[in-house]
Amino acid sequence: MQPGLESYLALSGILFTIGAVGVVYKRNAIGMFMCIELMLNAVNLTFVAFSRYYGDVTGQLFVFMVMSVAAAEAAVGLGIIIAFFRNRLSVDVDDASILKF
Amino acid sequence: MAGTVLFFLFAGFAIACAVSMVYHRNPLYSAISLIGVFLALAALYLTLAAPFIAITQILVYAGAIMVLVVFVIMLLNLDEDKPLNRLKYLYAVGGGLGLALLAQTFFIFYAVLKTPKAEVDPNMTAGRTMSIGRAMYTEYLLPVEIVGVMLLMAIIGAVILVRKMEQPHLELVSEGEDEKE
Amino acid sequence: METAFKTAFPLIVYSLGIVAAFGGVMMIVAYTVLAERKVLGWIQGRIGPNRVGPWGVLQPFADLLKFILKEDLTPDKSTKFVYFLAPIVALTAAFLPMVVYPFGPPLSDPLGWLVPYLPVIPLGTEPNIVAWIAEQAKNMPLTIARIDIGVLFVLAVTSVGVYGIALAGWSSNNKYSLMGGLRSSAQMISYELAMGASVLGVVMLAGTLDLNGIINAQANSPWYMRWFIIPQFIGFIVFLISAFAETNRVPFDLPEAETELVAGFHTEYSALKFALFFMAEYVNMFTVSVMCVVLFLGGWYVPGLSHIFEVGSIPYALASHAAFLLKIFFFLFLYIWIRGTLPRFRFDQLMAFGWKFLLPVAIGNVIVTTIVVFLMNR
Repeated sequence: MQPGLESYLALSGILFTIGAVGVVYKRNAIGMFMCIELMLNAVNLTFVAFSRYYGDVTGQLFVFMVMSVAAAEAAVGLGIIIAFFRNRLSVDVDDASILKF
Repeated sequence: MAGTVLFFLFAGFAIACAVSMVYHRNPLYSAISLIGVFLALAALYLTLAAPFIAITQILVYAGAIMVLVVFVIMLLNLDEDKPLNRLKYLYAVGGGLGLALLAQTFFIFYAVLKTPKAEVDPNMTAGRTMSIGRAMYTEYLLPVEIVGVMLLMAIIGAVILVRKMEQPHLELVSEGEDEKE
Repeated sequence: METAFKTAFPLIVYSLGIVAAFGGVMMIVAYTVLAERKVLGWIQGRIGPNRVGPWGVLQPFADLLKFILKEDLTPDKSTKFVYFLAPIVALTAAFLPMVVYPFGPPLSDPLGWLVPYLPVIPLGTEPNIVAWIAEQAKNMPLTIARIDIGVLFVLAVTSVGVYGIALAGWSSNNKYSLMGGLRSSAQMISYELAMGASVLGVVMLAGTLDLNGIINAQANSPWYMRWFIIPQFIGFIVFLISAFAETNRVPFDLPEAETELVAGFHTEYSALKFALFFMAEYVNMFTVSVMCVVLFLGGWYVPGLSHIFEVGSIPYALASHAAFLLKIFFFLFLYIWIRGTLPRFRFDQLMAFGWKFLLPVAIGNVIVTTIVVFLMNR
């Protein structure tokens, strides 16, 4: 006995909403980064749920791609954050208000 | 029955951790909460007969990405997030966005609930390592190659971003040359 | 009653299996601690613990009693919740891989010989519950959970263990602890890559990620690669070195380097919380030894044993299990031996070694193995 597809989609939607709201609320570059990761994960859950309910492997492969993108994003994003911290001594996105540094 | 109980257990845990991630102003608490979300989602993938993806989720997200995030938080010794001072209108924007997305979520929930239920194949083999590997290296070979190139680009980009630039001494030299001329 | 029992039967079996495996691993871990002190004493020309019981055999229990009875100090400025969470995370992540260890070969009929001696016990409509249990026990694997991604499971769960150390270092509010935590996370990430890459060669040769499947693949290989240490010797060396780094053991024990960082990440920990970290370290040693044995030394498989005992019989399983444990003890001894022999790396040496030597070697090994496997299967 398993909960239906709609339960997983609802959970995914709720997690995505929390992540999206978090991106707007957080002032901290790392916090925003983590909220984006949460949104990616919510999408992954949708992929896996559809893969389960259609008996098809494609959804799981896309989860794999999303994870690779997230890993690349982590490497580059954290690199940017560290480079920014070196110049501003802060990771607050409010401080990144001039285009040149 | 057991599936439903497990689903609500882990779904509740995931939502609680996600809310706590947004609520906490200390970035390390947020990171710990996010790890909780990832572990709960890995458990949910197991209930969806996708063990390979579940383990990869722990390996990649909890084991690599979040370790990096925790490392950066500890390295930079970040303190509490400041409240919004200059951008107060973002509270309204965020609330509106959240409400809109939540409404959309429940619309999807309602729409899927109305459709006839699809029968779930209990002996699904799509989550097995073998079927994933086969699909990955036959049908989806090009995306996998592109992902590989993208990861290489990310590595090079991260190294170039974080590397300490040497101070350029070119200006002094050129000034000297100018004087000679 | 009958259906309830039959529904609960797998749960009972799993619980019993977990309790047995947990008890066995805990006893081995306790005596590894004692063996470490004894062997170190022997290497350094002294006696080691010999006061509690003959040859000090009761020393682990005396230590445990001491840890329980000591005062549990919490630093005033620490982050209480995280400080409390860290040892639990470390020990949980250390113990979880236990569920996929292949302790021995499957038993074809472990309880069949017992049935004629036991009285007939009816239960509901089932005429003889003992016979039913014996029927269920056929082809019993000596593994708690048979999942087909055992290698990935172990790698994933052990990689979560780094949070225990990193969070302990951060929450103690002590600069030495923080340094230990930072070093640990950097070290774990760096050496995990080399470790994963060194495992790939074995996985390609075996064609499976299942630990029992890897052992069977080794048993069914031609004689010149009966143990994967022969075709994968470079992979074995890389795996062993990364294993030392992953478990924070001596040439790589930078996170708790006592001459630089007082005690590293567990400086502020005392009493039972410290004991949890201590146990986690030794359980991790055990896990890594199990992985070494299974991936490279044939696990429980002993060449030629099937000619002496019938495959699937109880003596065969016992002899295989004993061989498995002996191989593990060899690796545990190697850990202690190296601790008594080698000095510690410097941190930049550690990083340079991991990234500039170990990782390229492991990747080169993967490429060569790929080509060889491709040519062999043509």
